[in-house]
Amino acid sequence: MTANARFLLPWLLTALAFVLAPKIFSSGLSLTMMSLMGVMIIFALSYNMLLGQTGLLSFGHAVYFGLGGFVAIHAMNAAIRAKFDLPAPFIPLVGGLAGLAFGFLFGLVSTKRAGIVFSMISLGLGELVSSSSFILRTFFGGEEGIATNRTKMTPFLGYKFGPQIEVYYLVAAWCFVCIVAIYALTRTPFGRMCNAVRENPDRAEFIGYSPRMLRFIAFCFAAFFAGIAGALAAINFEIMNAQQLGAQQSGLVLLMTYVGGIGYFCGPIIGAVIITFLQVMLSDVTEAWQLYFGLLFMGVVLYSPGGLAGWAMLHAQALRRGEAWRLAPSYALVAPAIAAGLVGAIAMIEMAIRFFQQEPGDGAVLRFAGLNLDANAPASWIAALALLAAGVASGRLLWPRVNDAWGAVNLHLRGKAEA
Amino acid sequence: MLQLITFSTLNGVLYGMLLFMMASGLTLIFSMMGVLNFAHAGFYMLGAYFGFEISRHIGFWPGFVVAPLLVGALGALVERYGLRRVHRFGHVSELLFTFGLAFVIEELVQIFWGKLPVDYRIPPALDFVAFRLFDTTYPAYRMFMLLTAVAMFAFLLTILTRTRVGLIIQAALTHPNMVAMLGHDVPKIFMVVFGVGAALAGLAGVIAGPALVTQPGMANLLGPILFVVIIVGGLGSLTGAFVASLLIGIIQTFAVAMNTSFAQLFGPNAPPFLGDLWQVTIAQLAPVIPYLLLVLMLIFRPTGLMGTRES
Repeated sequence: MTANARFLLPWLLTALAFVLAPKIFSSGLSLTMMSLMGVMIIFALSYNMLLGQTGLLSFGHAVYFGLGGFVAIHAMNAAIRAKFDLPAPFIPLVGGLAGLAFGFLFGLVSTKRAGIVFSMISLGLGELVSSSSFILRTFFGGEEGIATNRTKMTPFLGYKFGPQIEVYYLVAAWCFVCIVAIYALTRTPFGRMCNAVRENPDRAEFIGYSPRMLRFIAFCFAAFFAGIAGALAAINFEIMNAQQLGAQQSGLVLLMTYVGGIGYFCGPIIGAVIITFLQVMLSDVTEAWQLYFGLLFMGVVLYSPGGLAGWAMLHAQALRRGEAWRLAPSYALVAPAIAAGLVGAIAMIEMAIRFFQQEPGDGAVLRFAGLNLDANAPASWIAALALLAAGVASGRLLWPRVNDAWGAVNLHLRGKAEA
Repeated sequence: MLQLITFSTLNGVLYGMLLFMMASGLTLIFSMMGVLNFAHAGFYMLGAYFGFEISRHIGFWPGFVVAPLLVGALGALVERYGLRRVHRFGHVSELLFTFGLAFVIEELVQIFWGKLPVDYRIPPALDFVAFRLFDTTYPAYRMFMLLTAVAMFAFLLTILTRTRVGLIIQAALTHPNMVAMLGHDVPKIFMVVFGVGAALAGLAGVIAGPALVTQPGMANLLGPILFVVIIVGGLGSLTGAFVASLLIGIIQTFAVAMNTSFAQLFGPNAPPFLGDLWQVTIAQLAPVIPYLLLVLMLIFRPTGLMGTRES
């Protein structure tokens, strides 16, 4: 395979995946979900330009997503009212420019310093904008938000973007363009200097770059792409409300990006896809889905700071070099322990929900893993607790074997590298 | 007018002292460990809910004592088994850990006590009118809150400046390695400070719960304002946190009491593009004011009122 083909192949596969996905998952639910995933991929990638690439931890990135979306929705309504020839596929550009404008403005204030001060300013700005959204009602539409109708816009090549499938392809096209653009940015000297600023701002300054200027530019780029994502969300949902720029949305994008893995380009993509999937599926199954998100996030922070992508890359390397078989026995030992612990924990959480929120007179029976668990019966609590305890205890006992196996793998990898 | 000023000042000082009870722990933890604890307001909420649960079974006063201790013990556990673990991954991981913890605390509270506010009542012994001024009454419970907060402040100040333990804590703030060299167990000091900070937040929750509303959103309402307080006061400065707490408490209370809008001051015709802003009263602007203050402070005086360092 030539170098060119090696470089192009992943991109061709990505494009193919975008085109073919609706052919495989063609139900209405999966189309809606995939459109949302596309939006969130752009949003998470834009967030990782800050957190992963430049080392800026923002707690208010949804501001640019939301403001981009609001400007986009006002642009759509204005274009419809004025009968102006602005088809829907160009709206994300409007949103992106709006995000860029606000990013420019707020970036001037917030990128003076990195670290905790930056995080706090981003939090403050986020709260400032989201609490203003209840005051400036004409622009933000108060509690109910601003609605639009994408089908009333000028058709684009005959498409009116009424059916969800057309919206999906619109989102997918923008998503692909944004992925390529953001990836290309990480390969430019600018992208490399962002990494330098993340690693050591002093040395970046010594070779003649201003860390502040680099942070500012990265911030503007991130806000631009967040604005594009916001505008796509506006087209997709046909409504924007103040929740979209609040702390919860900012927290969600942080969760996605970090769980996916901030150290790899594909991390935020993985995170956005998985978290959106869980969000849609779990919210039907359990009331406590946000609790599981929180626990998942804490688990990743505690045990796997590289995120899912980091974990996958570690194994991919071992697999490529033919060393993965050394891990198999220890994994086979630990997996049942972890599974038992998880099942016990989930059973306890779900029983707690049934127990504390039952109406008087109603039972608190929970259908779980093919069993009927009664949250009022001590026996089911004891069983769940025993499962959890056994899982944790055997997990702790067996974990050193996993470490040993990894030690052996690393030893052989190093041996091969030296040979 | 005089009535408004008197009561707003009283309420403002009270709110400020409540903020300080939490901000003091937050700023101490930050200057010692470099961790901005996102879950601090979560501990405040847990204090309120523990207090409510205990008061439901045994009474308010046992809750007043036990709930903060419980929250403090929980805080110490979080430090020992959570934060200390992520410490080796750096400050960002610690920050993210507490961020996730805040989220989990909120969700757990919703599971155990539901999404609606709970009926956490003022104890009957304190449910009377303290004094009457300009035909307006002032409830005794608020005086009790104020006294508790002031007593707590005096207690903290005495411990920090007048005892050996306080001396070691102050030394560990600036020279943790030196303190460890002298044979003190610095990780244990961190754990204790984290626990005491959490207990203080819990105490604030216990006394604020009956006066404000005890509901799952209470941590999110107060959390960001706490950060504003410790940044405006200057990161790591206790005196600064005190001044900033009172400042923000008083400003917000006064703003809430004022029902003037631009329209009333300058006539009903708004300049173009300012239509919304023209009708807004100062009371409605109150939630925005702390954040405006934060942004202005960071632009013009990034070290905060009394701080010495920027980050």
